[in-house]
Amino acid sequence: MSSDIFFYLFAAFTTGTALAVVLTKNTVASALSLLLCLVGVAGVFILLDAFLLAALMVFVYAGAVVALFLFIIMLLDAQGGDRKPFKKTAYVSGGIAFALLVVGVLSFWKSGQQTTGELGSIVPVGSTLKNYGEQLFTTYLLPVQIVGFLLLIAMLGVIVLSKKFEGLEDIK
Amino acid sequence: MFDFYFHLPLIVRLVLQAIAVILFMFPVAAACSMAERKVCAWIQNRPGPNRTIAPIGGLLTPLGIVGRIPFLGPFLQQMGIFQLAADGGKFTFKEDPVPAHVNKFYFILAPIVAMIPALTTVAVVPVGAYYAVVNGQTILQPIVLANVDIGLLAVFAVSSLGVYAVILAGWASNSKYAFLGGVRASAQLVSYELAMTLSVLPSFLWMNKPGGQGTLSLFDAVQMQNGVWHGFSMASLHGMWGVFYMPISAFIFLVALFAETNRAPFDMAEAESELVAGFHTEYGAFKWSLFFLAEYCHMIIGSAVCILLFFGGWNILPWIPLTTLIDWLSHFIPFAAHPLFMGLVGIGIFVGKVFSFIFFFMWVRWTLPRFRYDQVMHLGWKKLLPLSIANLIFYTLGIALLQK
Repeated sequence: MSSDIFFYLFAAFTTGTALAVVLTKNTVASALSLLLCLVGVAGVFILLDAFLLAALMVFVYAGAVVALFLFIIMLLDAQGGDRKPFKKTAYVSGGIAFALLVVGVLSFWKSGQQTTGELGSIVPVGSTLKNYGEQLFTTYLLPVQIVGFLLLIAMLGVIVLSKKFEGLEDIK
Repeated sequence: MFDFYFHLPLIVRLVLQAIAVILFMFPVAAACSMAERKVCAWIQNRPGPNRTIAPIGGLLTPLGIVGRIPFLGPFLQQMGIFQLAADGGKFTFKEDPVPAHVNKFYFILAPIVAMIPALTTVAVVPVGAYYAVVNGQTILQPIVLANVDIGLLAVFAVSSLGVYAVILAGWASNSKYAFLGGVRASAQLVSYELAMTLSVLPSFLWMNKPGGQGTLSLFDAVQMQNGVWHGFSMASLHGMWGVFYMPISAFIFLVALFAETNRAPFDMAEAESELVAGFHTEYGAFKWSLFFLAEYCHMIIGSAVCILLFFGGWNILPWIPLTTLIDWLSHFIPFAAHPLFMGLVGIGIFVGKVFSFIFFFMWVRWTLPRFRYDQVMHLGWKKLLPLSIANLIFYTLGIALLQK
């Protein structure tokens, strides 16, 4: 099937660019690889008939977030290359993350095929705008709100950390 | 009549459509650059380019012969048509040096990245409509390369990638002026994208009735403005152009559009008096002209989206939709309802509107002075963004009350 070929293409593309993000020394090249990686993910979304998600992925992440990354890299003139050697905790957490990943992939490989059943019989939730909005505002309302609050907290944190307060007058 | 076309393999059709887009957008964008010079000259009370004429002999003989036709030739000369050809020739054949201090890969990549989003978005913008018989019913169909349900989102998503051209060009040039231009431009583009996106939402709140199938299609946005005048009633609201009942949305969209296309008074990316030429300081010849063409392509697409959302699309006047015009025309012209004729009339009206928008862009550019950088940020974040959020809340409440 042609969509299978496209899936393998996009999967290879996404994985390759994701690897490039962490392996390249040049920070700008790294950010651009992230951009290509997100476009690849959007391609996978299109293959899953989730056009809205794909468009949002390109719009929000590729169009704005990575642009801001690049903006910050350029503004701070951040250079890649030399970095401190990893600490022991980094090795341990890396190992745990890798083990979890292996378990996750293995469990998919073992039992994923049996439980999904016929792919054609599943109605994709995000295929139409209406379905998508309905699900977002009914079934998944709580996760959406929680994520929204997380983002708000992060934003407030950035303001508190980056703005210099000189006395109580500024906080008011 | 067009059966032979639809019997072609899909890939051939797509390639043909892509070529059609390029063949249309490149000359139109180039013509816009000439129009810019003539409009600028007209506003500044001088004649503008009016001397150039193609020589007879060599490759340009056909143009030279056209230039020697009485009346038509001098008229084209006055209009600067041959200047346009000369400019095009110059940009194509001039030496295209790559400075030694740049990052070559990204330096060459940047103009390509500029062109791709500019030309891709054309695919989802409908340009006209025609009657088609589907399942025995005569319905209006859009003339569009790819009629997708998320049309507007696709335009925004792809055109937001245009910012990378500016960032890359500024960074790869390895020059302080270019770098500053790139940083400024990227900050500006990201800031105004928010206000722009929020400003179009009321339009889709009107379109998507509760219980109906949700849509972000640009064709449906024009269908919304298709009604006929029946006296003062709620029904005639249907035929209003968006700008009448969403004036603030249209205004915010237009202002943000100026910023998104890097046009004066927002041309922070170039700012000749401060940054030499901004992000494209180090570029010359064909690579520079690609940036230039991309800017005009963005202007054309942006104006087209604005017209589709707020200015009635291919409808000639408010309350006089294209269908009414065609019905009236069919009293005089027997083949008026033929898809080809109707399509051409629709495209003609639409393209006419786009060109008047382009003229408006130029008019503003040569009339208003440039904002200072802090003023741009102030306007974007402290004026337009709160205004567009307030606008959205107002229409959300208003539409909810009206539809109760």
